Amino acid sequence: MEEASKQLGKFGEDAKVLAGGHSLIPLMRLRLAQPTALVDINGIKELDHIKEDGSKLRIGALTRHVTLQNSNVVKDKLPLLAEVAGEVGDNQVRNMGTIGGVVAHADAAGDYPTIALMLDAEIVTNRRTIAAKDFFTDIFTTPLEADEIVTEVVFPVANGPHKYIKFRRRLFDWAIVGAAAQKMNGGWRIGLTNVGSTPVRAKAVEEALQKGAKPEEAAQHASDGLDPAGDLRASPEYKKHLARVLTKRAINQAEGRQ
Amino acid sequence: MAVTQLVGAKIHRREDPRLITGHGHYIDDFTRQGAAYAAFVRSPFAHARIKRIDITDASKAPGVVGVFTARDFKGQLAGTHPAAPAFVAEKKYIPERFPIAEKEVCYQGEIVAAVLADSKAQAADAANLIQVEYDELPAVMDLEKALDAKSPKAHEGAADNISWDLTYTGPEVTEAAFKEADVVVKERILQNRLAPVPMEPRGVLAEYETYDKKLTIWMSSQNPHFIRLFVSGSMGLKESQVRVISPDVGGGFGSKISPYPEDYLVPALSRLSERPVKWIETRTESMQNATHGRGQFYDVEVAAKKDGTLLGMRMTQYLDVGAYCGTFSAFQACACLMAGGAYKWKGISARTIGILTNRVPTDPYRGAGRPEATHLVERMVDLVAGQLKLDPVAIRRKNFIQPKEFPYTQNFGLVVDSGDYEKSLDRALELAGYDELRKKQADLRKQGRYFGIGLSTWIELCGFGPSAATAPATGGIALVESAQVRVTPTGSVIVYTGTHAHGQGHETTFSQIVADQLGVPYESVELRHGDTAEGTSFGYGTYGSRSLAVGGVAVSKAVGKVIDKGKKLAAHMLEAAEEDIVFERGSFHVKGSPDKSKAFGEVAFASYGMNLPEGMEQGLEAVAYFDPPNLVWPFGAHVAVVEIDAETGHVQLEKYVAVDDCGNIINPMIVDGQIHGGVAQAIAQALYEEVVYDEETGQLKTGTLLDYSIPGIGEIPAMSLDHTVTPSPTNDLGVKGIGEAGTIAASAAVINAVCDALSPLGIKHVDMPASPDRLWNMMKGARK
Ligand SMILES: Cc1cc2nc3c(=O)[nH]c(=O)nc-3n(C[C@H](O)[C@H](O)[C@H](O)COP(=O)(O)OP(=O)(O)OC[C@H]3O[C@@H](n4cnc5c(N)ncnc54)[C@H](O)[C@@H]3O)c2cc1C
Repeated sequence: MEEASKQLGKFGEDAKVLAGGHSLIPLMRLRLAQPTALVDINGIKELDHIKEDGSKLRIGALTRHVTLQNSNVVKDKLPLLAEVAGEVGDNQVRNMGTIGGVVAHADAAGDYPTIALMLDAEIVTNRRTIAAKDFFTDIFTTPLEADEIVTEVVFPVANGPHKYIKFRRRLFDWAIVGAAAQKMNGGWRIGLTNVGSTPVRAKAVEEALQKGAKPEEAAQHASDGLDPAGDLRASPEYKKHLARVLTKRAINQAEGRQ
Repeated sequence: MAVTQLVGAKIHRREDPRLITGHGHYIDDFTRQGAAYAAFVRSPFAHARIKRIDITDASKAPGVVGVFTARDFKGQLAGTHPAAPAFVAEKKYIPERFPIAEKEVCYQGEIVAAVLADSKAQAADAANLIQVEYDELPAVMDLEKALDAKSPKAHEGAADNISWDLTYTGPEVTEAAFKEADVVVKERILQNRLAPVPMEPRGVLAEYETYDKKLTIWMSSQNPHFIRLFVSGSMGLKESQVRVISPDVGGGFGSKISPYPEDYLVPALSRLSERPVKWIETRTESMQNATHGRGQFYDVEVAAKKDGTLLGMRMTQYLDVGAYCGTFSAFQACACLMAGGAYKWKGISARTIGILTNRVPTDPYRGAGRPEATHLVERMVDLVAGQLKLDPVAIRRKNFIQPKEFPYTQNFGLVVDSGDYEKSLDRALELAGYDELRKKQADLRKQGRYFGIGLSTWIELCGFGPSAATAPATGGIALVESAQVRVTPTGSVIVYTGTHAHGQGHETTFSQIVADQLGVPYESVELRHGDTAEGTSFGYGTYGSRSLAVGGVAVSKAVGKVIDKGKKLAAHMLEAAEEDIVFERGSFHVKGSPDKSKAFGEVAFASYGMNLPEGMEQGLEAVAYFDPPNLVWPFGAHVAVVEIDAETGHVQLEKYVAVDDCGNIINPMIVDGQIHGGVAQAIAQALYEEVVYDEETGQLKTGTLLDYSIPGIGEIPAMSLDHTVTPSPTNDLGVKGIGEAGTIAASAAVINAVCDALSPLGIKHVDMPASPDRLWNMMKGARK
């Protein structure tokens, strides 16, 4: 870790951490990123772990999607995360990509950031601990310094009703919109993927549910305040509509209804 | 054919062990000692004038051998890009095309400079250092606006944007048909532009030998002999000085038929630099530069009687040619000639307009014109049925050309060789459980669910030739096919065909035919293709589902010649008259006395020895060409079943049934494989894929596989397949093509199902791709 951090410091802004490479290499191929140095952290074994820690689950930054997907500890303590991991990309992506890479990359369509935000996870680096709500500040933007390395993502344990619905055109696609529902401490946590420049926690839905609204009523608030950008797959209107529909479905399915 | 042990058998493809274990030979697997690597600088603009190209930094970059612009190729390459719009002769305009732009670029991706370097990475890095100054010009993107006289032109200074404009058949019969009509149904039908996305992009490795003046080109091509013809002509070489080798080809779908700028530039770079030169297309280059397919819209009107009898059709095809005329782009006008589908019409009048825009050229893409025709007629028939409240099955039955009417001369004078359309439809309905499906639909509709059933009773024409139809379109070279069969002294057989393969499995099927016909073990037959230095003097390539129906027949004819010679020799050996020799199951015997026989191998061996009959030359080999008397006419019936998510617009393909008829079947497993792939490709068009350019700037927005939605296995349903067999009378094997059938048939079935599902909302027509956002919007609009 020390060596990695030192090397990053040496090359400054021009250096990049290389984890699974499944976001960084595509960017380099398109010359959208042209780092002069890559610091490969794949050999740092202490970054590859899944640890239970009381009411917390500590996931090492180098943990691959496939490991999260199949981990009995994760399935037991935070099954939502295992399910989400199973929905990331395709086999190649899941075999290589890491949770640290996803959070550091902070793509608005990334799946874990939604879960991290809605569950109040913490992102731990070699310097400090940052709350998820302070971490995802804009698209591809985080408070990470050039020589800062994510070491862990720390989630609360939550194994009540839960569901992540990822709406996409192809099985291996990124989410057009994703909606997550997790029952926790007697209330609901609701998160949305790819409806803005950062992941979104749908607090208005959570509050409506708290006040006893039915899922379909509460879900109408999922698009409150959203201003998503349109793209080739979906107009802003359609994304907002999907946010509402998927939120309703996520809550219903979490509770075992269709 | 006498023996039928192998023909019709489900034999595993002999290509598969090498291909699926990574032992195939694709272009990037080849190199030459001392090869330099080429990288190309391409226009970022759809339309611009080139002001200045600064190569200073690039020339000094590490490893750079040279930087080249249009001027450097002027002495190397002559002429313009070959294009064959001959069958649209009334009005034509083919913009000049030199493989590298000098003054004006007309689509994003057009080449403006080339870099040669010692390594691929150095070439790519140096290309990035070339500075090109452009003056942007307005881009012509919209097909209708492009037809306006005041529109900017895709090429500066051109009179208009019309590459061709042709009307087929006089309108009188059609007008008469419309006068009888009880109903007239009109629709505009879009054909989304598609990218071919072969798994192996293109690639060229060229070695020009300065002293011998010999050029060898290794490239990923469906059509090596035509490439030899075009490239030798452009480079001022004799065809005999050029050898084109196209080894395993990782998919083509039509995009590797025509020559490309790089096919000229890479050999020219080798001659300029006196080094072998290699270039492998990147995926981004492939998305940007490989010829696209479809890219059309149609205005169609159909006249019918109240009882569902179809009367007449008027249609206009608006075809986006792109910035330059693709070599075979005009072929797609065959959509007009096929617009009548499987039905009888009093009159059809059709017009095709090829329109130049500032997009990459279009060219044939799996099915080329025939998927468009099927989609159009199958949609229109459903629209008529909808208007008249008839079942889509009933209206089809009512209008089919009947089995006893074949050969049937259709509205454009083409002769449909054979067919039995109801038979395949019946089987498809049975497999689908049609009546049950309609009941289920009624139930689900009561629950507010959108469940739809779509039919496509498709037909196509394929197997190009005949010579008389094709020679005028190719500038004089008739599309026939050649084959050479060589029997070695030990009786093994080497077969050369002028077709090629990029996934079709010819090594298997052609060997099945030969082994059966000669009665020799399948393992002793070897099929070779793709190298212009081997086999016959000219080959015609693989496209238009022609390989078996033309090339396979040529092979069979050449085998026949070998057998004829064998008979002469066997007669001599058995001291019998030639007429008395019978050839059966690999042995020659005297009629009536099967014990007086010589095995094929014995005769082969003897043919290389002494004591041959008077005047007979040694050896056992033959060449044959087959010029088919007609095209072949496969057909079938497909049924798609969908449910559309009422809230999201997502289309779930619940079921897919395909019953196809390609005449006699050589290998059912390969036929099924072709159908699977073809249907998948049409589902892709119907629901997923579309090349999108910015309508103002002409920037390609779907330049990566993240944005261009080619579906994966997760999106393609399991299919139930079956076949009917109506042998073609056009060739001795009784075969018809099957390579494009799935693609020709399926988009109509899927979209008909989608429209059927949405009909309770009053939605009549849906354009492709029927993506969830599009459907959600339509459903929202309809519910208002
Ligand atoms: C075809 C495809 C489909 C995909 N689909 C999805 C999807 O559906 N959902 C989804 O969420 N993701 C998807 N991804 C992205 C995938 O999950 C990536 O693996 C992930 O975004 C990045 O993780 P990585 O380990 O590969 O990081 P890398 O690509 O190695 O790095 C990404 C960025 O993060 C930085 N970085 C990496 N690790 C650290 C660290 N520990 N500390 C500090 N900085 C670090 C790198 O410097 C770089 O800037 C897809 C990717 C592909 C190629």
